[in-house]
Amino acid sequence: MPYTPQLRELIKKVEETRPSRVGVQYPRMTPEERVAVLKRFHPDYIEDGFREIKIGVDRGVRMPLEMADVIEAWSRLRGVDLDLNRAPDFDVDVLIIGGGGAGASAALEAQAQGATVLMVTKLRFGDANTMMAQGGIQAADKENDTPGAHYLDVVGGGRFENVPALARALVMDAPLVIKWLEDLGTMFDKKEDGTMVTIHGGGTSRKRMHAARDYTGAEIMRTLRDETYNRGVKIIEFCPAVELLLDDQGRAAGAVLYNLETEAYLLARAKTVIIATGGSGRLHYRGFPTSNHYGATADGLVIGYRAGAKTIFADSIQYHPTGGAFPPQLLGLLVTEKTRGLGATPLNIKGEQFVYHLETRDVESSAIIRECQERKLGIPLPTGIEAVWLDSPLIELTLGEGTIERQLPAMLRQFARFGVDIRKEPMLIYPTLHYQNGGLLIDENGRSTVENLYVAGETAGGIHGSNRLMGNSLLDIVVFGRRAGRHAAMISKDAPVPGALTLDHVHGYHKQLEETGAAGGRVSPMLLPRYTYR
Amino acid sequence: MTDTIPLVDIYVMGKQYRVPESLTIMEAMEYAGYQLKRGCGCRAGFCGACATVYRIAGDFELKVGLACQTKVEAGMYLAQIPFFPGRKATFDLEEIKPSIAYFAQLYPEVFRCLGCSSCTKVCPQDIDVMQYIAYIQRGDFARAADLSFDCLMCGLCVSRCPAHIVHYNAGLTARRLYSRYIAKPDAFLAQRARAIEEGAFDAELQDLTASDRERLQELYNSREIEK
Repeated sequence: MPYTPQLRELIKKVEETRPSRVGVQYPRMTPEERVAVLKRFHPDYIEDGFREIKIGVDRGVRMPLEMADVIEAWSRLRGVDLDLNRAPDFDVDVLIIGGGGAGASAALEAQAQGATVLMVTKLRFGDANTMMAQGGIQAADKENDTPGAHYLDVVGGGRFENVPALARALVMDAPLVIKWLEDLGTMFDKKEDGTMVTIHGGGTSRKRMHAARDYTGAEIMRTLRDETYNRGVKIIEFCPAVELLLDDQGRAAGAVLYNLETEAYLLARAKTVIIATGGSGRLHYRGFPTSNHYGATADGLVIGYRAGAKTIFADSIQYHPTGGAFPPQLLGLLVTEKTRGLGATPLNIKGEQFVYHLETRDVESSAIIRECQERKLGIPLPTGIEAVWLDSPLIELTLGEGTIERQLPAMLRQFARFGVDIRKEPMLIYPTLHYQNGGLLIDENGRSTVENLYVAGETAGGIHGSNRLMGNSLLDIVVFGRRAGRHAAMISKDAPVPGALTLDHVHGYHKQLEETGAAGGRVSPMLLPRYTYR
Repeated sequence: MTDTIPLVDIYVMGKQYRVPESLTIMEAMEYAGYQLKRGCGCRAGFCGACATVYRIAGDFELKVGLACQTKVEAGMYLAQIPFFPGRKATFDLEEIKPSIAYFAQLYPEVFRCLGCSSCTKVCPQDIDVMQYIAYIQRGDFARAADLSFDCLMCGLCVSRCPAHIVHYNAGLTARRLYSRYIAKPDAFLAQRARAIEEGAFDAELQDLTASDRERLQELYNSREIEK
């Protein structure tokens, strides 16, 4: 459905004000204004979207309702007859659950250290939010930049709640990660002389956003995947882990796997386990549409929590300011922050800018929600929702014709498929559910609070405090994927093969569920979202 | 939604379903009752999981598209190709070079292209696939890398190729060769990586991680922002 006549009429206002907006910088919010808009409009502050969970190691902790629903749920193995004493189907040093950027980084590093590695993944290897990250990856690798400047941006963006050791690891490893990826043949945007092209992202003090057109995550993922295949790592697709296995000392010792197609359960025994299953956007917190991958259903969070791993900032969710709002086929899909990085600005129904275009994501989203909900200056859409404009033609006007085709080919193609030319027409956007800021607590080696259990990528928490900046997620998956892979391999070297495998932690969890009645009839991990209408 | 949007008949693997015409193929299958396992990935046109072949009733032409990026049409007969058993040559990037000879060892079939252009016609990303294969044949890895860059590796090109070329894997190898050996390395990046490993920034980070919230806030709010 291309733009309707009513919307075309409204676009005229955008075109009218455009010449007067060229080269004009809208003022940034003061720190006080930022706090004020967050408290009134950010979904994290809207109390009826949360509840305290009744069971597990974090009993009493506040979680979004939809997350609490999968945490307070029965195991898929309830009533399943499994012989844990039989010979396991797989026996390895390092079991990696999840085949996104974090899992691939962990696999490469663990195998390089000499460990035997098994990677299992719910969908295909590479089916992950990594593949969809468009805009970029941060690293302080310019002369006017330092890891310290990056650190300040990270903790300022994270509302000063980040775990310092994790934020430090993130920024210090960043240039090393870019170098590693460059050596692996990742096709970053470069100048003739090899210098990486970098731009600003929301909340950055230096231009440190590296990109590969607007397929940055896809380019990193396909490179890491290709390399993982080259190194001969064993990978099983369409085979998620549905529960962790512990040994008689309560240490992680493997997982129960589930062949999605044959519905058979398999036992994997491992000296160390790395959870790299990604986030939870497909839980659709507060009914928001999401930019997330089909598989983002919090599976790792659920099985890790059941095994006793503590969480941090589980109640902090990132809403990306620019989700597609129209045409309806693009609802919730990510409009990369690089679009704003290149100079596109949000506008209300009058064609006026109402917020600086590169505030941090939480603030930018809140300002857009305020513009629609409180100031009533959103654009009403034929689909019954509201949105604001994102003035993409302004990019062509300021940076020259052809910039969008060169720098945002994925966006251009995606909107063109449904009848909108973003070089000539502004986009319609509204915040979309994008990222789980918190997760299972880790240390700088990726270790969770359960011995021999590691977590990397979006499932992990603490790195970004309660708001992540653009370009720090692609960074974090590689930084902590590698760190977890390296450490797990090292620990596995000297560790004996685990003794008796148990699911006692699941039985204990079930006992709590019975006592509290918290689970109702719910079963988790969810594995696949259900979008059927009949 | 179904009250206002017209319904159309589609045929998923031959079975008829009535669905709203505004839906993508993927959404229509879900509307019809499928809980997708294969053939569904990012749902945003980046991952290539949902390659789909379809034909409109009354027409003979077989068309293709990504299920998440293509709207349904009345009389659409469709089937997904969620997996294609294309070959991937394994290699040690440090042991090979961007030359025709090395490439021919990895993917000899690339040099047997018949020039039929089926791959280009079928590409849902509108990439001139045959052209980048031609660049590889010529050893022009820079152009092959540039032209193949937007590939999602959905495999539709491979499904049509009479010469059994696995275009997406050949393209990826070309891009890795280009990026590793032809594009220049970032000189300052290497310098910065060394400096970090030698501990040049340890003191700065030590100071920052030990700072309390007040001090960090002050530093953050007064930091200089590059224009």
